[in-house]
Amino acid sequence: MGRGHQAIETPSLAAGAPALEVAGLIHDFGAKRALDNVAFSIEPGDFTVLLGLNGAGKTTLYSLITRLYNNRSGSIKIFGYDVRKQSSQALARIGVVFQQPTLDLDLTVAQNLHYHAALHGMSRREAQSRLEAELARIDLLDRAHEKVRALSGGQRRRVEIARALLHRPKLLLLDEPTVGLDIGSRQAIVAHVRKLCREEKLAVLWATHLIDEVSDDDRVVVLHLGRVLAAGPVPEVMRKSGAAHVREAFTNLIEKAGKP
Amino acid sequence: MSLIHYYRCLVGIVWREALRFIHQRERFLSALVRPLIWLLVFAAGFRSVLGVSIIPPYDTYVTYEVYIAPGLIGMIQLFNGMQSSLSMVYDREMGSMRTLLVSPLPRWYLLVCKLLAGTAVSVLQVYAFLVIAWFFDIQPPLWGYLTVLPALVVSGLMLGALGMLLSSWIKQLENFAGVMNFVIFPMFFASSALYPLWKMHDSSETLYYICLYNPFTAAVEIVRFALYGQVNWPYLGYAAVATLVFLGAAIYGYDPARGLLARKAGAGAMG
Repeated sequence: MGRGHQAIETPSLAAGAPALEVAGLIHDFGAKRALDNVAFSIEPGDFTVLLGLNGAGKTTLYSLITRLYNNRSGSIKIFGYDVRKQSSQALARIGVVFQQPTLDLDLTVAQNLHYHAALHGMSRREAQSRLEAELARIDLLDRAHEKVRALSGGQRRRVEIARALLHRPKLLLLDEPTVGLDIGSRQAIVAHVRKLCREEKLAVLWATHLIDEVSDDDRVVVLHLGRVLAAGPVPEVMRKSGAAHVREAFTNLIEKAGKP
Repeated sequence: MSLIHYYRCLVGIVWREALRFIHQRERFLSALVRPLIWLLVFAAGFRSVLGVSIIPPYDTYVTYEVYIAPGLIGMIQLFNGMQSSLSMVYDREMGSMRTLLVSPLPRWYLLVCKLLAGTAVSVLQVYAFLVIAWFFDIQPPLWGYLTVLPALVVSGLMLGALGMLLSSWIKQLENFAGVMNFVIFPMFFASSALYPLWKMHDSSETLYYICLYNPFTAAVEIVRFALYGQVNWPYLGYAAVATLVFLGAAIYGYDPARGLLARKAGAGAMG
C-alpha cells in the first residue's frame, strides 16, 4: 500500500464521513458467535444508545471498535478511517470510557490525566491547559492534586470522561458508564454527556442495559444476542415495533427475536 | 504520528511506572528485604559448607556472600519482571491496560515502553541493594558499579520481557504463588545463582545442562562479570537473543489480529 496514495485519499474520506460506521461485522469466540452481521452508523452530534441485555455483545463490539482485538470480517470506520488498517488515525479520534474503572487510584487526578495526555503525544503545557479546562467543566479542578482514591464513584466516572475528552476526540464511546453508581450520580453523568454532545457536536455511543437512560431525542441501536434488532431515532423504532414507550418497544423486539 | 509523539509517550509511561513504584513502598521494601535475608542469613549459614574455588571473573578466593551477590541481583530483577508482569495482568483486569492499548501509537511500541519502564525500576532496586550490601562486605571495585549498569539493563530487559510474555498467557488475575512455584523458584535454583555450575556438573549432568541453558544463568553471569569490569560474551549474546525472543512472543501475544486477548475475551468480556 502506497503511502502517497493513502495521503491523497484520506482527507476526502474523512470529510463528511460518519463519526462511526460499522458494516457487516461478525465476530466469533470459538464456536460461539458473539456478533452477527452488525451494521449501524453514527453522525457527528448524535447521541446514540446501544441498548442490550447483559451478554448481548456490547463489550465485544466496543473491544472491536477500540481495536483491543481485530474484527475478522466486516468493517469499522471512524470518520472514514478503517480501525484495522489505519488504526492510529482512527484511535486518535476516539475517547473511551470503559466499563471497568481504569484510573490509577494511588496517583492524583492530574497525574492520571497527564499520563493519558502523554500517550496521545500532547506536550506538558498543552496537557496542563486542557486538563484544567476539562476539570473545570466537571467542577473538580480544585481536587486535581488529590489522589483518585479520595474521590467518590461518581466523581471518578466524571474524571474518566474528562480524561477521554483530553485529546479532543470527536467520537466518545462509553461502555455502561453508570454501572455501580447511585441514582443521583447516574442522572448527573447522563446529563453531562448529553450536554457535551449538544455543545461540542460530539458523536456519542452510550452502551447500557438500563432503558431509563434512553430519551426520546436519542437514536438507539438495539443489540440482542449479537444481532441488531433495530436502529434509528427512538420515535421511529417505537413506531415500527408498534409500541407507545421505548421500554415496550424493547420488550417487543426481544420477544419477537426469541431465545437462541 | 511524529517522533516527538513517540518520545512523549515513552516519557509518560516511564514517569507513571516511577510514580507507582514510589507509591508502593511495600513493594520496594520487599524487593530489598528478600535478597538481604538470603545474603545475611542463608549465605552466612552456608559459608562454611560450600567452598568456592577460584573461577572467573574472580582472581582470588571469594566468600560465599560475594559469590551469591550477582545471583541475588538477578533475583531482584526476576521478581521485578514477574511483578510488572502480574501488574499488567492486574492492569488489564482493572482496565488501565486497556487505556494504554487503545492509545494511537503502535502496540509493539507501547509494550516496549512498558518494558523499558519496568527495567528502569529494577535497576533502581538493584543499586539500592548494592548500597546496603556494601556495608556487609560485598565490595566490588568502584568502577564495577558503573560497568554493571549495561549488564543490568540487558538482564532487566530479558527478565521483564519474560514476565510480559507470561502476562499475555495468564488468563486471569492469579495469585503470586503460582508464578513463584512454576517460574521463579525453578529458574532461580536451576542456575548459577547459588552454586558454580561445575558443582552441579559433579552431581548431575542433566541438571548441569538445564542450568547452563537457563536464561536466568545468563542474567546472573553477565552481571557477575560486569561487576568486575569484564564481559561474558557468550552469555551476553544468549541474553540478547532471549530478550528478542521473549519480547517478540509477547508482542505476538498482545497482537490484536492473532492475539490471545481475543480468545481470552470469550471467558469474561462478553457483556
